[in-house]
Amino acid sequence: MANPATLSAAVAAADAIPGADPGGPRGARPRRALSRGNVFLYGTLLVAALYYALPLYVMIVTSLKGMPEIRLGNIFAPPVEVTFQPWVKAWGEACTGLNCDGLSRGFWNSVRILVPSVILSIAVASVNGYALANWRFRGSETFFVILIFGAFIPYQVMLYPLVIILRELGIYGTLWGLILVHTIFGMPILTLLFRNYFTSIPEELFKAARVDGAGFWAIYFKIMMPMSLPIFVVATIIQVTGIWNDFLFGVVYTRPENYPMTVQLNNIVNSVQGVKEYNVNMAATLLTGLVPLAIYFVSGKLFVRGIAAGAVKG
Amino acid sequence: MTQDTASVSVRDLHLAFGAVEVLKGLNVETAPGEFLVLLGPSGCGKSTLLNCIAGLLEITDGQIWIKGKNVTWEEPKDRGIGMVFQSYALYPQMSVRGNLAFGLKNQRMPKAQIEERIARAARILQIEDYLDRKPAALSGGQRQRVAIGRALVRDVDVFLFDEPLSNLDAKLRAELRVELKRLHAQLENTMIYVTHDQIEALTLADRIAVMRGGVIQQLDTPLTIYNRPANLFVAGFIGSPAMSMLSGRVEGGRFHVGTQSLDLGGYDGEVPARLDPAILGLRPEHVEIVEGQGGPGGLLATVDIDEPMGADSLLWLDVEGQKMSARIPVERSLRRGTEVRVVPVMDKASLFDAESEQRI
Ligand SMILES: Nc1ncnc2c1ncn2[C@@H]1O[C@H](COP(=O)(O)OP(=O)(O)OP(=O)(O)O)[C@@H](O)[C@H]1O
Ligand SMILES: [Mg+2]
Repeated sequence: MANPATLSAAVAAADAIPGADPGGPRGARPRRALSRGNVFLYGTLLVAALYYALPLYVMIVTSLKGMPEIRLGNIFAPPVEVTFQPWVKAWGEACTGLNCDGLSRGFWNSVRILVPSVILSIAVASVNGYALANWRFRGSETFFVILIFGAFIPYQVMLYPLVIILRELGIYGTLWGLILVHTIFGMPILTLLFRNYFTSIPEELFKAARVDGAGFWAIYFKIMMPMSLPIFVVATIIQVTGIWNDFLFGVVYTRPENYPMTVQLNNIVNSVQGVKEYNVNMAATLLTGLVPLAIYFVSGKLFVRGIAAGAVKG
Repeated sequence: MTQDTASVSVRDLHLAFGAVEVLKGLNVETAPGEFLVLLGPSGCGKSTLLNCIAGLLEITDGQIWIKGKNVTWEEPKDRGIGMVFQSYALYPQMSVRGNLAFGLKNQRMPKAQIEERIARAARILQIEDYLDRKPAALSGGQRQRVAIGRALVRDVDVFLFDEPLSNLDAKLRAELRVELKRLHAQLENTMIYVTHDQIEALTLADRIAVMRGGVIQQLDTPLTIYNRPANLFVAGFIGSPAMSMLSGRVEGGRFHVGTQSLDLGGYDGEVPARLDPAILGLRPEHVEIVEGQGGPGGLLATVDIDEPMGADSLLWLDVEGQKMSARIPVERSLRRGTEVRVVPVMDKASLFDAESEQRI
C-alpha cells in the first residue's frame, strides 16, 4: 500500500480504508468477469442455446447433402459436397399425392391467406380494444368478459359448427372463409392486448382530444394509433407467426387447391411414393419456417425502436 | 333570469359512480369574466365537477348552462369550453404547432386563419420559439403554456383548469401563477380553476368555492373566506399556519376558557346570550402578545415554543391546557415558559357553534 496510485483500481477499491487513502475509490467500479454466479448463469444459457440450436443445425446440414451422403448415417457431419438441389426440388418439384409443383403453390396460398387475415384481424381488434378502453358503453364490461372467455374455449369444440356456418354463408372451402376464421380466432387475445395498451395511455389525452372536437374515428386515427406503434408490431408478430404456422384450420376449412404451405409441407413429407428424401424434407421444412423467422428479425428491430420511441414521449 | 347573465351555471348537479355519490346537489354560478377557484381536499370531487362542466362525464341529474344555453346534453366541443389538464395531456406525436392546430382542424377552419390564431396564442404565451418542437423536448413550464395555448386558440368562452400548476416546482409555479392572472386580465374570459393549493386560490380568485365531500361549503370572495369562514371546516382548511381553535362557552357577552374569560365586544356578528359548547377561532396574525401579566383584557398563556420562519416567527402558546399560535416579529424571541397575555383582535375573530360547526 506504499504507493496506492500505482495499484490497480480493483485492489485499491477492495483495500481502501476510509481516511487511509486520501483519494479513495474513483472511476468506474471494477467488475469481476468470472464470478461463480456468472459461470452458472452463462453455463445454463449455453446449454439452453445448444438444446435449441442443435436440431436446427442438423436440419440445415442434412438439407445441403445429397442422398448418398445421408445414407452414410452420420447426421452431425457437415456436408462433404454442398448441394442446393434439395432446396430447388422442395420449392418447385416435390410431389404430394396430388401434384408435383412443390411448396411454391402452398407458399402463395399462405401469402394470400396471411395478408388479409393479419390486416383484418388487427384492424378489427384494435378498434375493439379502443372502444372498450375509452368509450365505455352499457354492457361493455360484460362484452369484454365474454370475448375473453372465448380465448379459453378449445378450438376443437368450434371446428364443426364453424364448418356449418361457413357452408351456410357459402364461403366454405374458399380463402375468404379461412380468412374469416383466422380473424375470429385472433379476436379475443388481440382485443385484450389492444385494450390493455390503450388503457395505459393517459385518459387525459383522450379527454383533451374530445374537448378539441375529435370524434371516435379522429381520436383513433390521429391520437391513439400514432402512439401505439409498438403494440401494432407485437400484434403483427403474433398474427403472422400464428397464421403462417396454422395447420388445423388450413386443412379443415380449405380445399386442396387452396391448401396453405404448412399443409403442403405435410403432404410432401408424408407422401408415400418412392424413397424418403430426407434432404428435400428438411429443405421444405426450413423454407416453411423462413417467413416467421424473417418477421422476427425485421420487426424485432422495429419493435425495440418502437418501445424506445415510446419512452421519450414523456 | 340569471342564466342570461351568468356565464356558467351549475344547477342541482348530482353525479354518482355506480352506488357512490360523488356530487350531491351542487349549485354554482359564475359571473361573466369571473375567475372562480374550486378549492378542497383530495377526493372531494373538484375534478369530477370540472369534467361535468366540460361534458366529459355523464351526469346523473341536474343541469349545466353555459352563456345562457342549456348544454347538459351537448358534446364537449359544442360547449364553448377549453380545458387544461394537470398532466398537460399534449399529443406526443405532434409538434407544438400540431397540438395547437388540432382543435381548429377538427372545426375545419381555413388554414390561413389557423396560422393566425396560432401566431396570436404563441405571442401571448411566449412560445413562438418552440412551435416546431415535440412536447417531449419542452420543459414542464413550456408544456403547460402549450396546454393553455390549446384552449386559447379555440377562442372559448370558458377556460377550465384542473390543477394546471401542480406538476411544476415552486418557483415556476409562482411565475406561472402571475402569468395566469395577467392572462385573465387580458382575455376577460370566465375561468374555473381547480386547485388544492390555497395560496393559488387566494391570489388568483375573484371568488373561491370551498368544497368537501361533493358539497360546496362556502362560495365567496377570498377575503371573506379568510376572515369570515362559514364553518369550522373552511376555517381550518384556509390559512397557513392554521387558525387556532379554543374550546369554551359563551355567556354574558364573554367567552369562557377554563377559569379565564374574554370580552367578545367588537365581534363581527351577533353574539348569543348563551352558547355551550362554543369554539373561538383566532388566526395567528390576529392576536397580540403582551409580555407580563399586567394590563387589561386578554387571556393568560405560557410560551411553549418559538418557530422562527424568516420574516416573523410563530409562537406556540398554552392557554388553559389548549394549544394556540401567534405570529410575532422574529426579533421578539420569547423563552419557553414565559408568561404572556394574549389579546385577540376581536373583529377578526370567528365564533363557532361547536355542535353545528357553523359560524355565528
Ligand atoms: N371513475 C370513477 N369511478 C369511481 N369513483 C370515482 C371515479 N373517479 C373519481 N371517483 C371518486 O370520486 C371522488 C372525487 O374524485 P375527484 O377526482 O373529483 O377528486 P378531486 O377533488 O379532484 O381530488 P384531487 O385533488 O386528488 O384531484 C373520489 O372519492 C374518487 O374516488
Ligand atoms: Mg383532481
